[in-house]
Amino acid sequence: MTFPMLSLMLAVPFVAAIACLFVDARTARWTALAATLINLALGIQLWLGFDVGGAQWQYVERADVFGRFAWALGVDGMALMLILLSVFLMPLCILASWEAVTKRVPLYMAMFLIMEVVMIGVFAAQDLILFYIFFEAGLIPMYFIIGIWGGANRKYAAFKFFLYTLLGSLVMLVAIIAMVLEAGTTDIPTLLNYDFPREMQTWLWLAFFASFAVKMPMWPVHTWLPDAHVQAPTAGSMILAGVLLKMGGYGFLRFSMPMFPDASGELMWLVFALSMVAVVYTSLVALVQGDMKKLIAYSSVAHMGIVTAGLFAMNQQGIEGALIVMLSHGFVSAALFFCVGVIYDRLHTREIDRYGGLAVNMPAYAIFFLLFTMASIGLPGTSGFVGEFLSLAGIYEASSWAAFVCTIGIILGAAYMLYLYRRVVFGELTKDDVRAMPDLNAREWSIMVPLAALTLWMGVYPESFLAPMRKDVATLVARVADSRAPSDAALTAGKPVAKPDSTHGSAHHGGGSQ
Amino acid sequence: MTNDLALVLPEILLTIGGLVTLMIATFAGDRAVAAYQGAAVLTLGAAIAAVAVSIDNPPATAFMGTITVDAFGGFAKLLIYAASIICILIAPRFFARGMRGEYPVLIVFAALGMGMMASARDMLTLYIGLEMTSLAGYVLASFMRTDSRSAEAGLKYFVLGALASGMLLYGISLLYGFSGSTAFDSIAVAFSGELNMGLILGLVFVIAGVSFKISAVPFHMWTPDVYEGAPLPVTAFFASAPKVAAVALMTRVVVEAMGPGIAAWQQIIIFLALASIILGAVGAIGQKNIKRLLAYSSINNVGFMLIGIAAGTQAGVEAVLAYLLVYLVTTLGTFLVILNLRDADGAPVEDIRSLAGLSERHGGLAAAMAVFLFSLAGIPPLFGFWPKYLVFEAAVLADLVPLAVAGMVASVVGAYYYLAIIKTMYFDDVADVQWGAKGPVLERGLIAVSALWLSIVGYLFIQPLAGATAHAAAVLF
Repeated sequence: MTFPMLSLMLAVPFVAAIACLFVDARTARWTALAATLINLALGIQLWLGFDVGGAQWQYVERADVFGRFAWALGVDGMALMLILLSVFLMPLCILASWEAVTKRVPLYMAMFLIMEVVMIGVFAAQDLILFYIFFEAGLIPMYFIIGIWGGANRKYAAFKFFLYTLLGSLVMLVAIIAMVLEAGTTDIPTLLNYDFPREMQTWLWLAFFASFAVKMPMWPVHTWLPDAHVQAPTAGSMILAGVLLKMGGYGFLRFSMPMFPDASGELMWLVFALSMVAVVYTSLVALVQGDMKKLIAYSSVAHMGIVTAGLFAMNQQGIEGALIVMLSHGFVSAALFFCVGVIYDRLHTREIDRYGGLAVNMPAYAIFFLLFTMASIGLPGTSGFVGEFLSLAGIYEASSWAAFVCTIGIILGAAYMLYLYRRVVFGELTKDDVRAMPDLNAREWSIMVPLAALTLWMGVYPESFLAPMRKDVATLVARVADSRAPSDAALTAGKPVAKPDSTHGSAHHGGGSQ
Repeated sequence: MTNDLALVLPEILLTIGGLVTLMIATFAGDRAVAAYQGAAVLTLGAAIAAVAVSIDNPPATAFMGTITVDAFGGFAKLLIYAASIICILIAPRFFARGMRGEYPVLIVFAALGMGMMASARDMLTLYIGLEMTSLAGYVLASFMRTDSRSAEAGLKYFVLGALASGMLLYGISLLYGFSGSTAFDSIAVAFSGELNMGLILGLVFVIAGVSFKISAVPFHMWTPDVYEGAPLPVTAFFASAPKVAAVALMTRVVVEAMGPGIAAWQQIIIFLALASIILGAVGAIGQKNIKRLLAYSSINNVGFMLIGIAAGTQAGVEAVLAYLLVYLVTTLGTFLVILNLRDADGAPVEDIRSLAGLSERHGGLAAAMAVFLFSLAGIPPLFGFWPKYLVFEAAVLADLVPLAVAGMVASVVGAYYYLAIIKTMYFDDVADVQWGAKGPVLERGLIAVSALWLSIVGYLFIQPLAGATAHAAAVLF
C-alpha cells in the first residue's frame, strides 16, 4: 500500500473548504491560500515522484467503498500534467480575488476549494462512475461562483452554463450506463482496452461527444462560454478557461479515442469540420468584440478548435501538440483574463474603448500583457508556439485541408490579439481616469511572474512537460492506429514495384519524415 | 390463526396503539400534546421494531393468502412508519394552539392502511388498505377547520379520491370477472394466458386508480391544490409516506398480479412515466408557492420511479426501492426546511420570492435547502444522483434506451426550476422579510443529518442499500 498521495490532494482542499465556511473573511482568504499552496507543493512532489517511462498508471489507489463502483485513483502522464496545471492555477486564482472579492468571502473561498477538489478528481479518477461524479460536480461550485460574484447579467449566465453542460453530461450518462452494462466493469484502465462492438462504438462516441464538445467547447455548442466568461469574476474566468475547458479535451483523450477507436476514426471528419469552423469563425467573431473578456473567451474557443483537430489527427505530434496547447492555453488564457481583471479592478469596465495608452502609466503591466498576447498568438519562444506548431504538424499529416484552415485561424488570432493590445495599451493616453490608474502592485506581480515564467519555460524547453506524456501518447496512438482514416497528405515514395508490406508502411512514419 | 396473527404483529400493534392514542387524546384533552404524541410515536416505533426483526424471514402469507409478509413489504413499511413518526413530531410546533389529538391518531391509522397497501396480495386487501389511508388523508387535508384553503384541499382530495376509488373498484371487478379471483397469483395466471378485452380494461382501470394515489400524470390534478391547501405537516406527510405505499403497491400489482402481461402494461407505465416527468418539470416552472412547486417536484420524481417499474425487472424494482428511500429523506428534509421558514410573527413563509437572499439570513437552512434541491435534480455528487442512475441503468438493461434518454433530457428541464429556487436564495437581493428565530434543535438536527447524508456521505451506504433492496425486490420475482 503506497501513500495515498492523490487522496491527500483531494482531502486538503476539501477540508479547507469546510473550514472556510465557519471563519471570517480574512481567515478564509489565508486558509484558502494555505490550502492551495500545500496542494501545489504536493503537486510538485507528485511530479518529482512520477517515474517517467515507468508504469502507465502511477500513484494508484483503490478502495471498494461504494459497492457498485470504487474509489479508484491514479494518474498517467497526461493526467499528471493537467493536475499540475490545476494546482498551479489555484493559488493564483485565490490571490487574484484577494481584494476584488469582498462579498461573502468565506463561501467564495469554499467554492474555489471545492472546485479544486473536483478538478483533481476528474483527472485522477480511474473509475468511470467516479469520473462522472467529479465531472458533474464541477457544475455546482461554478454555478455559485458565476451567480453570486459575477457581473450584471450573472444569473442568466449561471443558468446557461449549468443547463447547457448538464444536458451534454446526461447524454453521456446514458452511454456510461450502456458501457458499464456491456463491459461489466467501471474500471477505466480495463475499459481502455475493451473492444466495444462496432456499431455500439458510434453511438457511445456520439454520446460522449455531446458532453465533451459542450465542455470543450466546440462550435456550435460554444455559446455558453462567452456568457459565462464575461459574467464570471476574474478568478472564475481564470479557472474556467484554465482548467474546466481542459476537461473536455481530457475526456476525448481518456475516453472517446482509446475506448471507441473505430468510431473516432470514422467520425474524424466531423471533428475536423467543426474544429475548422470554430477556428475561423470564432476568430472572426473575436475580431469585432468590444468587450475584452468576450474577446478572450472567443479566442479560447478558437484555441480549443486547434486542440480538437490536433487530438483527432490521431498521431504523435498532433496529440502531443494538442496537449501542449491545452496546458499552454491553461495558463496563458488565465493570465490574459487576469490582465483584464487588473484593469477592470481599477476602472470597473471591460469596454476596450474606455482604455488606451496604458503603456505610459502602467509599463510593467504592458510588458506582461504583451508577453501573454504573444504567447496566445504563438510567437516562438513562448509556450503557444510549441503547441500550435506540433499540433499543426500533426493535423497536416492527417489532413492538409484542416491544417490549412487552422493556420488561417492562427493568423486571425494574431490579428485580434494585436488589435486588442493596440487599443488597450498603445495609443494616446487621453482619458483622465485611465491616466490615474496605478501600475501593478506586489500582489499582482506575484501572480504575473509565475505565469510569465511558465510561459517562457514551456516555450523554451517543452521537453519537461512532454517527457511524462510521451509514452501515454504513444500508447494512445498505438491503440487508434488501425482505425485512423487515411490521410491526404501522407508522403508516398512513388509506386512500389515489389515489396508487398510497404503498403502498410505508409501510415507509419518517423518524427522527421515530413 | 394464531400463526396468522403473529405474522401481522406490526398491524396489530398499530391498531392497538392507535386506539390507545385516541383514548389518551380523548381523556387527557388536546392540550396533553406530549402524552398522545408520545403514545403515537411509541406505537410506530414498536411497529418499526416488529417489522425490523422479521424482515429477514422467508415470505409468508396470512389470512388465506390475502396478505403477505415479506421483505418487500417490510422495506416499504420501515420507510412508511419512519416517515410517519417524523410527520407526527413536526406537527405541534406548526399547529401551536390548534394542535389536536386526532392528528397523530389519524397518522397512525393511515400508517396501518399504508402497511396493508404495501403487503396486499389480494385486490380486496389492496382496496381496504388504500381506502383506510385515503380516508385518514381526507380528514388530515382539512385539518385546519377554520382555514378555507385547508377545507378546500380536503374536499378536492375527497371528491377526486372517491372518483379514483371508483375506477379502481371497477377495474378490480373486471379483473375478478375475467380471472375468477381477486388474489394476485390467480390474476397472474389469467394474465399468462391469452389477454382479452376484459382483462385489459381491468388492468387499465386498476393502474389508473393507483396512478391517482401516486399522482402520476394525467391523474395528478389534485396534487398541487392539495399540497398547497393542506397544513404543512400534512403536506409533508402526503409527499412522503403515502407516496412510498402507493409506489410499492403499484410495483406489487404490476409485477405480481399482472407480471405475465408485461406487454400490456409496460407501455402504459412508460407513458405515465414520461408524462409525469415532463409535466412535473414544465408545470413547476412559474410556480410562486413553494408547496405547489414541491407538488410538481413530487410528480416529476414519481415519473422517475415509474421508469424503474416500467423496466419490469428485479433491477428496476431495486432501483425503485432505493429511489423511494432517497426521495423520502430529501422530501422530508425539504419540508422541514420550509417548516422552519417563518417570519418574526411566526407565520409560515411559502412565497418563493420571499426566499430571496435567504442564504444571508439563514445560511444553514439555505445550504440544506440547496443540498435537497440539487439532490432532487439528481446532480452528483449529491446522493440524489444515485437512485436516478439505478433507475436509468434498469431502463437501459431492459432495452428501454429511448425512455432513458427522454427521461434524462426532461430532467434538464426539471433542473431548471430547482436551480431557480437556489438562485432566489443565493443570488437575489435580500427580500423584505423579517425572519423569525431558529427552529428547535430536533428539527435542525434532522435537517442537518438528512442534508449530510444526501451530500457525499450517502455513497458510503450504497452497498448496504443495494443489499437491502435486492433482498426486498427478490421476493417479487
